[in-house]
Amino acid sequence: MSNDQQRSTFTLDGRRIPFTPGQTIMDAALAAGVYIPHLCHKPGYAPHGSCRVCVVRADGRELSACTAPAAADMSVESEVADIRALRVAVLQMLFAEGNHVCPACEASGNCTLQAVAYHCGMLTPRFPQRFPRRAVDASHPDVILDHNRCILCELCVRASRDHDGKRVFAVSGRGITSKLIVDAPSGRLGDTDFSAEDAAAHVCPVGAILPRDEAFRVPIGQRRFDLAPVSRVGDVALDPDAEVLAADAESEVLA
Amino acid sequence: MSGASGLAAEHGGAHADPARIERVLRGSLAALGRGPDTVLQHLIAQQQVFSHVPDAAIGRLVEELGVTRAQILAAVDFYAFLHLTPRGRFDILVSDNITDRMLGNAALMTQLCDALGVRAGEPRADGRVSLDYTSCTGMCDQGPAALVNGLALTRLDAARIREIAALVEADTPLAHWPKRFFAVSNNVHRSGLLLGDLETREAGLAALFARGGPAVLAEVERAGLRGRGGAGFTTALKWRFCREAPSENGHADKVIVCNADEGEPGTFKDRVLLSAYADLVFEGMTLAAGVVGAKTGFLYLRGEYRYLLDHLEAVLARRRAQGLLGTGIGAGEGPGGGFDFDIHIHLGAGAYICGEESALIESLEGKRGITRKRPPFPVTEGYLDRPTVVNNVETFLGAARIAEHGGYWFRSEGTDRSAGSKILSVSGDCARPGIYEVPFGTPVADVLADCGAEDTQSVQVSGAAGVTLTPDEFHRLLAFEDLPTAGSFMVFDHSRDLLDMVRNFAGFFAHESCGFCTPCRVGGRLVLDLVDKVAAGAAGRHDLDELRDIAQVMRRASHCGLGHTAANHVLNTLDKFPHIYRDRLRMSDYTPSFDLDAALAEARALAHRDDAEAHLAADA
Amino acid sequence: MNMRAEPPVGQKVRVATASLAGCFGCHMSVLDMDERILDLVERVDFDRTPLTDIKTLGPCDLGLIEGGVANAENVEVLREFRRQCKVLVAVGACAVTGGIPAMRNSVPLAEVLDEAFVHGMGLVNPGIPDDPELPLLLSQVHPIHEVVRVDYFLPGCPPSADAIWSLLTAVLEGGALHLTWAQLRYD
Repeated sequence: MSNDQQRSTFTLDGRRIPFTPGQTIMDAALAAGVYIPHLCHKPGYAPHGSCRVCVVRADGRELSACTAPAAADMSVESEVADIRALRVAVLQMLFAEGNHVCPACEASGNCTLQAVAYHCGMLTPRFPQRFPRRAVDASHPDVILDHNRCILCELCVRASRDHDGKRVFAVSGRGITSKLIVDAPSGRLGDTDFSAEDAAAHVCPVGAILPRDEAFRVPIGQRRFDLAPVSRVGDVALDPDAEVLAADAESEVLA
Repeated sequence: MSGASGLAAEHGGAHADPARIERVLRGSLAALGRGPDTVLQHLIAQQQVFSHVPDAAIGRLVEELGVTRAQILAAVDFYAFLHLTPRGRFDILVSDNITDRMLGNAALMTQLCDALGVRAGEPRADGRVSLDYTSCTGMCDQGPAALVNGLALTRLDAARIREIAALVEADTPLAHWPKRFFAVSNNVHRSGLLLGDLETREAGLAALFARGGPAVLAEVERAGLRGRGGAGFTTALKWRFCREAPSENGHADKVIVCNADEGEPGTFKDRVLLSAYADLVFEGMTLAAGVVGAKTGFLYLRGEYRYLLDHLEAVLARRRAQGLLGTGIGAGEGPGGGFDFDIHIHLGAGAYICGEESALIESLEGKRGITRKRPPFPVTEGYLDRPTVVNNVETFLGAARIAEHGGYWFRSEGTDRSAGSKILSVSGDCARPGIYEVPFGTPVADVLADCGAEDTQSVQVSGAAGVTLTPDEFHRLLAFEDLPTAGSFMVFDHSRDLLDMVRNFAGFFAHESCGFCTPCRVGGRLVLDLVDKVAAGAAGRHDLDELRDIAQVMRRASHCGLGHTAANHVLNTLDKFPHIYRDRLRMSDYTPSFDLDAALAEARALAHRDDAEAHLAADA
Repeated sequence: MNMRAEPPVGQKVRVATASLAGCFGCHMSVLDMDERILDLVERVDFDRTPLTDIKTLGPCDLGLIEGGVANAENVEVLREFRRQCKVLVAVGACAVTGGIPAMRNSVPLAEVLDEAFVHGMGLVNPGIPDDPELPLLLSQVHPIHEVVRVDYFLPGCPPSADAIWSLLTAVLEGGALHLTWAQLRYD
């Protein structure tokens, strides 16, 4: 019996997804070239489960695909109307919580929040905008830290701790007052041992941590998510099915 | 013992000079050690002495514990009872549960502010006093309540507020305040299987020593004991999973945690159990340790109950002296004796979320109380990734008596799926608020009759996160299969406006959301804003649709139980008491999200205008 | 949200447009639809709009609003559109989110006015204007759905002519708005 035949599978919107024990629904789906929207998750990083954008319904239970272990013969629903609506509501909460001014943002076109919102068909932030007054920390010579755009995904926290061995970032406070802080008595990024070479400098899914001097090297309209939808280039493994998916993406119609 | 666990002799607002900070730090280091997991307890020690965590102390803790400054700041900012800037030397926090509000806490707060010339939230300029509100302090049966420098004040009224103001103005140390201010009554009005028998016989432990862990586990299983914290997981199963969980150093590194972070608004039974039945609780923990093979135990005591700390430490010290804790417990008394186990008390610092077991474990490790993802579950990877049993205070008490009397004894009460009794914390509009132990399966109406509730409009079962009942539902049964409850039972008569309850709960959950996941962090705040909009008479029908939708998003998509249940009260009242919303709606279905005319006020003032064009009507 | 703007058979659709706190870029994008504008003119009549310079608003089938709500006059205009238009659409980033004008929300209004009228460079006769003819600023700029009910949202800075065409098609046919991946942009 070959390995393939031994591998268990579950179904995701009717497609069979193989998995190995210990894999999450997200891991298995991305490895099979099937996209599930996500913001705080990144392959190679410890699952986190905070953004809730990857909510799916697995055998009737709603849970985050990035933290839920895959189980044999489980039936997972992702791109169905009510789950999509749930995701849009979560995205709308994120857009209403911070200051996400896409037309004025350097990260526009490279921003995963924006790309996921495109994928989910979000047309309006819907909720009253909170317009929080947050600081921009320009103290570091190579990297800007703009708190207006932070979505508290903690990818930088994890990258700095787990990949860079530094612990530059932490999330402080609670509830709606939660905020990203850096490890320096001055509270400024420039006074930490953070470096533009760090993994944490390149992991931000929005425009909160931005390397300087790269702003418009690639013009708006020619950036990563301008050229291809996140469902094709957002951490999805390229496998034989990818060609089919890419073709789907071209004609992707949003509700 | 000094530092974090001893009630510091010096309190509140000592001058934070370097030598003194160092002295306090040395004390807490000697008591607690230098593990990164001790950081929260060191911070509490500093807070208690200096009424804040001095910056110099943070620097020293970074050196001593090897944690980062950011981690410490994150913790201080997370826990409501920790501060970076000094509170007043008398720091008074008025309990703000709906039951405190119903007893008039707002008027008392105003009176105290006026008497002391201070505003809520801002320390007085001379540093003498600060006032603020805090979440339910667990004194709902004897409120309005407050905390002064962490110690519970009960039965506040106008006369007592006058006395308190005078004591503060005279700078009278707390030790010289009248003892009656701090008197806490147990108010046990109905006893059953557990509360009917106060006597400490250690018979449960004797059974463990004589019969061994598996036999005791079998009794707990036979009893059908389920967790008393509300979720109702089968206790024997939890203990078995932990017992069978592989651990690197054999059984020695397993952990027993007693969850005494009783934060659910309206519940106070654990306060009574720890006051009057502490031996039984510790006996239950020791039993669990014997069954699963744990060496380390923690009692996680909510900060609001720090007045119990001396008493609990004394009980622990006596138990150590009796050989009931420490090394070789029950050695030579049978196959189940001869194990090592001790219990440490860990204080909370004002965070409701820490009542959730994995957040509690994070807090035990000195971190912000953020709920962990699951799996893994604490029984396999809990405190410092060791197999850990976390049970409620009442669960341990029940286990101790079950070991003594056997599983069938416990099963003699209750229902098939909810064996035994439930200890209720009854408060609100009734003649006799307090503790009622009733068999599981008791109808709500029976409890109402028992506590002397009349003309009841609604009962909130199981706290702010629970269920709102109409009189049509008072026949329903308190049991896991119908109305699961951790014991909070708040009564509202027809004189009450239930929207006040909704506003109180919405404010509570917005404040207590840990902020980890989007739906609870943002949704909780959106719910509060919409409820306030309704209360202000500014909402339209569209807002009610939004309220319901946001509540559903929180229920479906949140990371943990807090978010899943935080909007229950909104959904329940929208369905069952729609008039409390409808009666306040504007004619228009759709109304602005903000007060348009108020939004011009700043510009009016700057332009010195007040003409007709300088105003906007509320309705289009 | 499937509002229908289509008038009785044989009549043209009456359309009004306005720019509140916006840059007219969305209006420019309407003109960017090339020859399709001829189709459009076949099917619609314009009421109040900067495109025709008609300044009074009558009953309309469709209102297109560009820009956020920054001052008292914006509120009045928006409310008038809501009263007169069967279907109201937020067109572009500023109407949908507050957009660039809302970036002033990070600065207290007193500082904004101080910089503009009191202590800014090159001012003659400094002082905050108090003429009743001038609309007062709201303390913050808001998206239009925070003031009135909005039936359709079309994001983009500006939305492309293609996207606007999709919107008009949806509105005229009373269906849900479907934007292709290429048409849905926030920047």
